[in-house]
Amino acid sequence: MEPSDRRYTKEHEWVKVEGDRGTVGITDFAQKQLGDVVFLELPEVGKKVKAHERFGTVESVKAVSDLFSPVGGEVVEVNSALVAKPEAVNADPYGAGWMIRLKLDPGGPSDLMDAGQYTDFVAKEAK
Amino acid sequence: METAVGTLRKTPLNPVHRELGAKMVAFGGWEMPVEYSGLITEHMAVRGAAGLFDVSHMGELEVEGPGALGFLQRVTSNNVAKLEDGQAQYSALTLPNGAPADDVIVYRRGPERFLLVVNAANIEKDLRRLEDQSRGQCEVKNRSDDYALIALQGPKAQPILQGLTALDLSGIRYYHFAEGEVAGHPATVSRTGYTGEDGFEILVVPDRAADLWRKLLEAGKEAGLVPAGLGARDTLRLEAKMCLYGNDMDETTTLVEAGLGWIVSLEAAKGDFVGRRVLEAQKKEGAPRKLVGFEMVDRGIARHGYPVYLGDEPAGSVTSGSYAPFLQKNIGLCYLPAPKTAVGTTFHVDIRGRRVAARIVPTPFYKRPQ
Repeated sequence: MEPSDRRYTKEHEWVKVEGDRGTVGITDFAQKQLGDVVFLELPEVGKKVKAHERFGTVESVKAVSDLFSPVGGEVVEVNSALVAKPEAVNADPYGAGWMIRLKLDPGGPSDLMDAGQYTDFVAKEAK
Repeated sequence: METAVGTLRKTPLNPVHRELGAKMVAFGGWEMPVEYSGLITEHMAVRGAAGLFDVSHMGELEVEGPGALGFLQRVTSNNVAKLEDGQAQYSALTLPNGAPADDVIVYRRGPERFLLVVNAANIEKDLRRLEDQSRGQCEVKNRSDDYALIALQGPKAQPILQGLTALDLSGIRYYHFAEGEVAGHPATVSRTGYTGEDGFEILVVPDRAADLWRKLLEAGKEAGLVPAGLGARDTLRLEAKMCLYGNDMDETTTLVEAGLGWIVSLEAAKGDFVGRRVLEAQKKEGAPRKLVGFEMVDRGIARHGYPVYLGDEPAGSVTSGSYAPFLQKNIGLCYLPAPKTAVGTTFHVDIRGRRVAARIVPTPFYKRPQ
């Protein structure tokens, strides 16, 4: 079961909303699919992203995967420690593996899954 | 992200990989383990202790008969006459343009008995080609389904294997092999590999493979032996600058361009062979382009197929590229025009629309401590 304090996308990102801020990362399922993460490309502070828009790239030894923001907003913080030590995406995807923090656009997320729905979604995707 | 695994061929070790929780992927028409505990863990285990690889997808072609030696001399690049019984040789099946139809290991089992270990994706192509070329001078048989192949690689490979066999492994030199029993199973043990480490490749009949695999893993447990997948195999071979057929060389790149001039024999005993004219000229006068090793100067991982630029001029593409787990650098291989191949030369790799600087470095990137 995924943490219930956040919401999920079909592209396997999560967002944890606190007030008008949203913290974004990728799920445990995503990091397992990728394998050892060795490279991250994250946006600069100040960049505006739309919901479901690409905001960066995560690379494992074998694979490249685009990162899509579950929500729209302006990037107010980037996890630069993670860029230096990308293996934290594998070790702690819901904690130290967070990627960006956004000041959310008004309205907030609407079409995202809760933890239970996401767990079911992953179970189906994994066959 | 996952590759569909519908009608893929399976090695005799397939159930064992699943039992071990391996992540399986499609590779050259086969369902193969790409990783077990994690690519980097497996890579480092092979550099520091040992790793066990299922490479049963590789093909085995038997070339036998009174005409076998003469035939192989004409269709491969290396000098087969140099082999003694129990010796193996890295070589290539050549095309008239000097390019490899495949890269192979030739094993001499007897004066008229040779075994070629070939790439999985090329088995049918090689077989057809050799049958066409041989016209009955010798017998060419596809024995790929009759063998499983297990590679035990790493500095601890010899002590681990020695515990399971009466063969004196210290007597088997690099690129030599011996027949004997391993863990009670009849096997051919050769000191070869594709990782840049010392190690062995063990041929057994398919129904012995699972038991042999389990006994090897058990015997090597304390020494740090882990099962390793194709993912680590690829990063290990890249660090050691061993070419991958279909990526770093193919039917359009000559052996000299690929840096494999050392498997092209111009000795008198070799005589004429397919592609000799081109290869001889290139060995003497140099090839127009060369495969070089590079590391990324700026942040980014170059990968297979990414475009390469010398200044603003397109200059081909990356043939292999990856994060190198032991070196902790982003490295790769690409072809550049010969005048631009000096170590230290800087060029750019287009990483998904961004031009990132790379620099030619000496290869192999990794050389094991002697």
